[in-house]
Order: sequence, then C-alpha cells, then structure tokens
Amino acid sequence: MLATARTFTLDGISARPVRVEVDVHRGLPNFTIVGLPDTAVREARERVRAALVNCGFEFPLRRIVVNLAPASLRKAGPGMDLAIAAALLSASGQLEWEGLARVALVGELALDGSTRSVQGALAMAESAREEGAAAILLPAENGPEAALADGIGVVAVDSLERLPALVTGEWDPPRPRPLPLEREAVSTAPDLADLRGQPHLRHALEVAAAGGHSLLMIGPPGAGKSLAASRLPSILAPLAPAEALEVARVASACGRLESALTGGRPFRAPHHTISAAGLIGGGTPPRPGEVTLAHRGVLFLDELCEFRRDALEALRAPLEAGEVSIARAGGQRSLPCRFMLVAAANPCPCGRGDADPDCTCAPYDVQRYQSKLSGALADRIDILAAVRQPSPAEIGGPPGESSAAAQDRVCAARERQERRLGEGRCNAEMTPAEARACPLGAEAAALLADLYARQRLSGRAHDRALRLAQTLADLAQVAEIGEEQMAQALQLRRRDNG
Amino acid sequence: MAEPRACLECLRRSWLLAALGPYVEKVATGEVGSRSPELLRLSNEDLVEVAAPKVAQQLLARVAALPEEKIYEELALAKCWACCCHDELYPTSLRDAADAPWALIGRGSPELLDGLETFEVVTIVGARRATSYGREIARELGRELAAAGMTVVSGLAFGIDGCAHRGAIDAGRTIAVLGCGPDVAYPASHRSLWRRICESGLVISEFPPGARPWRWTFPARNRIMAALGGMTVVVEAATRSGSLITMDLAADLGRDLGAVPGPVTSRASAGPNALLAAGAHVIRDAQDVLDAMLGPGCRKLERSGPSLDSDLEAVLAAVEAGEATCDGVAAAIGISGASAAAALARLELLGYLRCSAVGSYSRTALTGD
Repeated sequence: MLATARTFTLDGISARPVRVEVDVHRGLPNFTIVGLPDTAVREARERVRAALVNCGFEFPLRRIVVNLAPASLRKAGPGMDLAIAAALLSASGQLEWEGLARVALVGELALDGSTRSVQGALAMAESAREEGAAAILLPAENGPEAALADGIGVVAVDSLERLPALVTGEWDPPRPRPLPLEREAVSTAPDLADLRGQPHLRHALEVAAAGGHSLLMIGPPGAGKSLAASRLPSILAPLAPAEALEVARVASACGRLESALTGGRPFRAPHHTISAAGLIGGGTPPRPGEVTLAHRGVLFLDELCEFRRDALEALRAPLEAGEVSIARAGGQRSLPCRFMLVAAANPCPCGRGDADPDCTCAPYDVQRYQSKLSGALADRIDILAAVRQPSPAEIGGPPGESSAAAQDRVCAARERQERRLGEGRCNAEMTPAEARACPLGAEAAALLADLYARQRLSGRAHDRALRLAQTLADLAQVAEIGEEQMAQALQLRRRDNG
Repeated sequence: MAEPRACLECLRRSWLLAALGPYVEKVATGEVGSRSPELLRLSNEDLVEVAAPKVAQQLLARVAALPEEKIYEELALAKCWACCCHDELYPTSLRDAADAPWALIGRGSPELLDGLETFEVVTIVGARRATSYGREIARELGRELAAAGMTVVSGLAFGIDGCAHRGAIDAGRTIAVLGCGPDVAYPASHRSLWRRICESGLVISEFPPGARPWRWTFPARNRIMAALGGMTVVVEAATRSGSLITMDLAADLGRDLGAVPGPVTSRASAGPNALLAAGAHVIRDAQDVLDAMLGPGCRKLERSGPSLDSDLEAVLAAVEAGEATCDGVAAAIGISGASAAAALARLELLGYLRCSAVGSYSRTALTGD
C-alpha cells in the first residue's frame, strides 16, 4: 500500500515543501528513509516506531520505504516525524484518511507519541497556504504562531493518539488564538531614562532613530556606549503589523519567537569574535546570521575595532541592499536584513584616548586600530558621537527623559518622512537625487557650500550632511532645512578624514 | 637655476654608506665616540675600517668598481637627482657641519634648495608618539611658517613630523629629510604624504635610491635636519628621545633652539619644558619663531578670525577650558546637546576649532578679535 503526506523542511527562514511517500509491502521487516535525509530525519525511524507502538497502533513488520521528494533537496530537522507516522498509518491500513494528501503535517514526535514543537512553524503555515493545502497540523505549542498566517486551517495536535478522532470528525479542535504581535506596554524593556546627563548622546540617538541613520559612538570604556545602544530600540517607532510579521517569521525560523515578541524591535549585539558566516549567515544548510536576526531592528557592534576585518567587510553589501544572499553548493538563498547599524569603539586600544597623558598606546597601534574606523564599513556610517565619561554630578543627578517622550518625537518625524518618501522609507535611504531635492533654506545652503569649498568634501559626504539635516528638520517639524539644523547635521556627521 | 650636479666621488660615498648599512648598525651604539654622526665624519677608508674591518677591502673595491652609468641609471630610474658639496646648489647651511653629507640625493623640486638661506629654514622635530595637542601645534606651526614664506624641514616620521609636513605642504614649502633612499616611503603608512611632498615639495637623503633605513640612519638624518634649519623647534618629546639629540646637534652648530611649552605633568612635553628651563626660545606659535629668527616684528602673521557672538564665545571658552566633546561643552555651559552641536559646527567652519577622527574637538591657533 502506498500513502502520501505533505510536510516541510526549513531552508534559511523559508519552508520548502516536501512530499512524504510511504510504501508498505511484503518482504523482510525493514524501515528505510531515502531522499537526502540528514541524521535527525533518519533517526525519525526510531521515534516513529516507538510512538506508534506506545499510542496503541501496530508497527507493521513488513518492508517499509519512506521517500522524501523532491529527492534532490536536502532535508533537515525532526519536523517530518508526524508526516511520516501519519502516512505510515494510512499505508498500513490502520487509518482510513482520504484527505491526507490535502493537509500538511509538521511536528517532532516524542517516544510516547506526543508532539514537540518545531522551528519555522509560521513560514511553514504560509508555505502550506501557497501550496494549496486546506489545513496544517502541527504541535500544540506551535499553534498560536502558525495561526498568524491567514487563509489556512490550523490544527494544533498534542499527540499522535488524536489522529483517528480527528479523521473521523469526533474531535474538532478550535483554531488556536494567534500570538499577539502588537507590543504591549512591556516594562522589562530598558528605558532611556537610565542614561543620565549626556545630552548630546541622547540627541544623536534620537536623530539616528528618527532617520534610520547608522551611528558610531566613540569614547572610553564605561562611558555608557553599550547602555545607550541597548536603549535605542525603545525609542524607535513601533513595528507596523506587516513588519511585525516579518520579524516573527525570522524569529520563528530561529526558534526564538517568545523573546522576539516581548522585546519590541529586535536588538542584536554579537560578540566581536563572530565570524563572517555568523554575522551574515551561512553554513550547510545555510542558517540566518545576526544581520537577519536584527531585521527591522538594531544590530549593535560593540568594540567595532576588535571585529575581524573580513566580518566587517561582509557587512557592506547587506547594509546597502537590505537583504543578504548566501550562495552555497545547494543553491542561493536571500534573507531579509533591513537593520539599523549602531557601533561603538574606544578611541585607542587602551581606551583612554591620546589626549589622556596616561594613554600607553604606540602610535602605530593607534593608527592600525583607527584604520578600521575609516575603512569601507565606516563609509556607511552617518553619525559620529563622541562620548565622554559622565561627571559624578551627572551620574548622581536625576534620571533623564523617558523613552516614551523621545519615541513620540521619533514617530512624528517618521510620519513626515513617509509622507514625503513613501511607505516604510526613511531619510537614511534617500537616493542622492532625493537628498539633493531636500528643501534647503538660503542660510543652510550657504553653510553647506562653505564647508564644501573649505574642506574639499566628497559628494557622498555632501549628501550625507543633507540627509542628516533633513532628519533634523523632520524632528523639528519644519518644512525647510534651516541654518540651525544644517549646523547640527554638520556636527553630527562622521568625518571622512582625521 | 642650474641643474643639480654631483661628482662621482661624492656619489660613491652614498653608495658606500648604503653598502655599510648592516655593519654600521653593529658599531653605532649611541655612546659618545660611536654615534652615527661621529662615525660619518670619518673618511671612506677609516669608516670601512671601523665598521667592517673583515670585508673592508672588498667593500671599497666593490663601490669603486661601480660603473658611472649604472649610478646615473639608478638615479634616473628612481626619478631622483643628486647634488654634492662641490655643487653651488648644495645648501650653505650644511657646509657649517663637519659631518655634512657628501652628496644629497633628492626627489621633488630642486628649486627648493636654490638660494636657500639658513635663516629662512625652520626644522620642526618631535615625538612619534605625540598627543593631539602636539599634533595640532605641529600642524599649525607648519602651516603658518610655510604661509609666511619659510621652508619647513622635518623627517616624515609619525606624529609631530608628519603633522608639520601636512600643515606646510598646503601652505608653502617643505623639505622631508629621510634616513633611507629618497624613493623609499618610510614609514609606509606615510606613503601618500611622501608622494605629495615629492610632487610639490622636496625629499632629500644622503642615501642612494632603494636604500633601506637602519636604526643608525635616523640620528644620521637628524644631523642634516639640525644643520639645515636656522632654528630647530621641538614640539613634544620625552626626556630621552631622538628629537632631543637633534636639538643637541643643532645647538652644537650654533643654531637657535625653540621649544613649545606643555603641561608640566605631561610626559610628552617633558623634553621641551626642560629645554625651556635651559634657555630655549619659547614657541607659542609661528609668530614667536618669526620674531626669534628674523627679529621682532619683521614679519607679521595674518590670522584673526571673524568676530563671534556671545553664545559662540561661551562654547569656545568651554573648549579652551578642556572640554573635548559635545556633551562636555553642553554640560559645562548648561545648553542642550543640539545647540552645543550647532555651535561647535559653526566654530569649526569659522576655523576656530578642529575635530579629530574620533570626534574630539581642539582649539586651532586662530584668535578672535
């Protein structure tokens, strides 16, 4: 007897459809899985065998061949257990299920037949809808997340034992309640009020958040760079529903949906020893890297100068394109990575800065250290904030303004940008033509022209100053870039040379 | 102007020095009597005998056998020229020194040597490991002295040297004296600066093209710098440093010495402060150098900035008081971060402030009216 079921394997963050064909016929008792399974898939044999027996089914002592089609696609992970078990029950005549080919099944089986959650349930539910499946059966824990996908039935199954009742219609579970995507008022998210004093740093954070500009903070250790960066998500505009779904899809594929949904926008701070593959994604099968995990959020590179050069170089293209494409022998995948880059660095290897007489760094070391600040990645950084050690009076002083107030200003500035540039776009993404079309007051234009002439500014630096000034004008809610905004932009911009 | 010329005898001396590089490295210890300037006073035969007694005759014979065409071909290939002490282009100031190089190999414009008067040349020396204060002063000194028509001599090293050249190359004439062949950009990271000086200034050395630097070639090059300048100014130097050796050499030649004062707590300013205590000229800015060399008031610098309103004055005062960051300025005078940022940007544009690559502000030499 032959039976077919549908399931999915996770590839990057998208789900690839897999057809499970089970053939049970006479011969020496044997159980074989073919079709490029990885070790976790091959071990499904033991889990399925035990689960069937422990749920009161019979494990057929016949020759069983499981084929996973398409045979050329490499299958990974334990999520195919449920589909194999269901197809086996159907093929051995223990379960009369005519509609088996019309539903998708995903889930790992425990030895007692209960289901265990899988990664990427949301992407699988969406993929099942596109494949024309009527419903998707998945573990109970994945139900709420899969229910985020509209237009497909979602059945949360807690055990293999439920299948007969489900097929006969005796058990008709309700659709699980979808996970709440809108961020509730979460008190655990760190608040900007923790940043005391440091008005310029606050201002730089706000401008970066308002225009989506990338930010580099330079200052001695302990001055509050990491603290400031971790507060940045709390002043960013809340995720739009479509954006939240994108974030959920990535988080679901990486099995960290819970933490992603409670913290608002993603905030990723990889350690500086990370490899290029860890940062932009890679491996076989390709796994999303930190840039993808930071999609629609903040990627914070602390100790920028300590990162490996190849890792930083690899960041350039994803930063420009908003997506990262990983080419491996098995094919090419595109993963989304529209993130905001925030970096922090010490002024020199010892961290004190060369103005401090106690700095013990050799000039060559300082030069080599700072060369990473002027490399190709630094070219993509818009704002430079010099951070200083806060004075005791500031540290002991009253807490700063809370995130909520700053977030209101940021949201208002974002709204102005979207009205001008279109849905979901921000000033940092303006093309050179758009940047040069920004309404510029006469005095502001004179200021920029003066700098352009004096410092032999590059065209790129010129446009960067305009983008920053436009964000400052949006924050100030003025229609035209004034002298004040232009002067602030010229101060905030990252310098091309020292 | 006459073409630079060098006689074969003097050129062979340069090639001999290059061949002696590793041998002199072993015998030049820095002790009195075996410092490299003292060794370079010796004749060819004596020098070879001291440095490389075992291979003395072979080395002498090898250099003597160098064909004339090959020497000129090497010079031409490296886009270099040479002038020796028998040529009228050879700077008169170098003739004062007993240990003067026999020949100068140059790359760049030989016109800079034409009619070069000692009182028009300022040598700027200082630590490679300089603070941002020292670098700023060196750059301003270089720029203003070059703008005032002086020729700025330095050694292309990290720190003070590089800044002095950078300041001068934009505004006027500068000469880099190297301890390696003039076609060798050393340190390598100063290659672009070296190239700019080759194009619009002058690079000289007593070593032939392609010669690598040795430890002993730096004191040797210092003696040329000391002899070239009518005044030698040290910007920053620790108490025991090569820059102070240059100052000693300059003092031995009877040149004027200048030192830029610094905080008494700063190790980087210990050298210049000690020299000031010993009676060197106090150099606060380029005007002090001009007054000391040419006589008070003989040449005036033009450098008062546009007038400032009271807000900008307050910000400027905060930076002068030592606040290097925008946050520091905002906290010091109690204004918002945004308005401090705008004020700093304006002051930078007006030329009162400079911003470093890591975003810290420092004061330029521009004064308000």
